[in-house]
Amino acid sequence: MSVSTHRRCQLTIIAEYVLEEKLIALIGRLGAHGYTVHEVRGGSFAADGERRREGAGETDRTIEMKVICERATAESVAQQVLGQFSDHFSVRVLLAEVEVFRPGMY
Amino acid sequence: MMIDPLVLMFALGVAARLARSDLRFPEPVYEALSVYLLLAIGLKGGVVLSHQPLADVALPAVFAVFAGFALPFVLFPVLRNAVGLGRADAASVAAHYGSVSVVTFAIATAYLQQRGIPAEPFMPVLLALMEAPGIIAGVMLARSRAATGAPVFREVAVNKGIVLLAGGILIGYIVGTEGYASLKPVFSDLFRGLLALYLLELGLVVGGRFPDLRRAGMPLVVFALVTPLVTGAAGVGLGSWLLGLSAGGATLLGVLLASASYIAAPAAMRMAVPEANPALGISSALAVTFPFNVFINVPLLAWLGGMS
Repeated sequence: MSVSTHRRCQLTIIAEYVLEEKLIALIGRLGAHGYTVHEVRGGSFAADGERRREGAGETDRTIEMKVICERATAESVAQQVLGQFSDHFSVRVLLAEVEVFRPGMY
Repeated sequence: MMIDPLVLMFALGVAARLARSDLRFPEPVYEALSVYLLLAIGLKGGVVLSHQPLADVALPAVFAVFAGFALPFVLFPVLRNAVGLGRADAASVAAHYGSVSVVTFAIATAYLQQRGIPAEPFMPVLLALMEAPGIIAGVMLARSRAATGAPVFREVAVNKGIVLLAGGILIGYIVGTEGYASLKPVFSDLFRGLLALYLLELGLVVGGRFPDLRRAGMPLVVFALVTPLVTGAAGVGLGSWLLGLSAGGATLLGVLLASASYIAAPAAMRMAVPEANPALGISSALAVTFPFNVFINVPLLAWLGGMS
């Protein structure tokens, strides 16, 4: 028996821990059906190779949030997240196409 | 003179980090230790407070709230003019120094206990009261208009430090010595050992912060060294002369004014004043002021407290 799959978008948001509640509120408002969040460690480097921000320790923890949704929802979430937070916070937003089995959940 | 093992634990953490050791505490352990420390300090304070007439606490409590709120307003022009920071950065750093460091307080308490210097039992209440006002003042300073927004106040009021400290005090006050007896093996007998573990981890975090100092600049480093000397001495003096505290109590008030928050303030200021550079406040509070207080200022303020 073959199982049919359906295309959706997976939005990955890597951001400062302090933004978690705001991001959850935002994606809920924009129509996403759910999300997963976990803490990650990582860092970024300036052009000269110097470490700029290390997402470790209590005060600058980093989260990675994944949202699977329709493309239009993903795009509007990405636009809002970048518009609201990218000026002053460390935020990365990635978009990837995924295949899901139960389209009604996303 | 015997060196406090707590200080050595902290130094070990810093040294390990600077040597690029792979030593690292799992995040949940660090979090659990900080919950334990806050609750233990609150509980013990509440138990002792249950034997104390509450009227004795009123004046020091009012003073503590006022001092915590006023301090950022005093430091703000210094940070703007002498250190050369912009409005948002100056307000954010001022908030860190208006709020308090629970671990510095714990170390100072342990320092006094080890030397048999008694302090007023209500000092943890002042610690809990001084956590929020400095942060609220910092938010007000950062925003030119008076509207600071209710969410910030709510966030500050229910941050885990205040919930655990105030909650611990309340529970300790309600159950008293008798009720606390069953908790004592965990919250009193293990306290110094667990504080030592926490300090080892904190040393690792501080060691990792040193590179930020280069970017923060020398004026901010000088500020982070001179401020606790001045505010600490002022706290000891005012505690002794104005509030009539004992040598130990005046020392702890000095320590509260000298310490800078590195948990509650950074998180609150990050949300309330996102345009401020978060590295400035946390680096100066954690990598300069905290070790300075631990190694030099606490003994200095205890000496000053004994003199006054």
